[in-house]
Amino acid sequence: MVEQHAVINVGDAIPELQLPPVTRTTLALFAGASGDHNPIHIDIDFARKAGMPDVFAHGMLGMAWLGRLLTAWVPQSQLRTWSVRFLGITHLGDRMTCSGSVVEVFEEDGERRAKLEIKACNQDGDVKIAGDAVVALP
Amino acid sequence: MIDKKWIGYTGPEVRFDIERGRLRFFAQAIGESNPIYVDQDAAQAAGYRDLPVPPTFLLAADLDSNELFSTLARMGVSLGKILHGEQGYTYHRPICAGESVTVRSRISDIYDKKGGALEFIVRDSTVSNASGELAAEFRSVIVVRN
Repeated sequence: MVEQHAVINVGDAIPELQLPPVTRTTLALFAGASGDHNPIHIDIDFARKAGMPDVFAHGMLGMAWLGRLLTAWVPQSQLRTWSVRFLGITHLGDRMTCSGSVVEVFEEDGERRAKLEIKACNQDGDVKIAGDAVVALP
Repeated sequence: MIDKKWIGYTGPEVRFDIERGRLRFFAQAIGESNPIYVDQDAAQAAGYRDLPVPPTFLLAADLDSNELFSTLARMGVSLGKILHGEQGYTYHRPICAGESVTVRSRISDIYDKKGGALEFIVRDSTVSNASGELAAEFRSVIVVRN
């Protein structure tokens, strides 16, 4: 967690988050917990009929991991706004790393804020999710 | 192609109860180990009334109610053809376990790329707490592979 009154500079990287490989169990649990029961993520028969080689990860699982990246750096109550684009499918076995860096520090609504660029990449460095977030600094 | 008449469609209000057990299940599923997301005492020590809703959880309101998928079905979009394109959240007030929120969603745009090979459905949702205050907003972009 970033310390209170810490000096934050453009270009600073925030601590990375490394995830275990995506398994079918990961996807089954996430389907239940998130409410996204689209069978394309949990039923290989359905996935094949839809023209996919296998089930694949929910985009929102990767976004939830990026959420963990952010709330490990600042308390969630300081997260103001964020959005991501899903650029590629996260497959079974992918080992994702979430990372982010500060691209802007500014004042808004009477508080000091930082804009971060964030991304989730697999073990080959393929960017699967990219986006940005605005957080209030302590 | 999706009928553009769906632009502006506002679905029924969805009431969603934020349950502690569900939040713990969600934390487990995403590997979240910060105690404020699973332990009431830790959450309260951190200044929350109860377990806070994690940043991406609120889409569950749309999914549990089947409002999103049933709307897609009525638009003629099958689940095997969709991918998530974009997702964004803006927060105004914390939401914690024990609360009941109301989610209202509107299809704000539909457009296509690559000569209709890909269609994009933009859906904007607001989340209000029991006092009627705007607690959060989220935007979902669904991609349809034709």
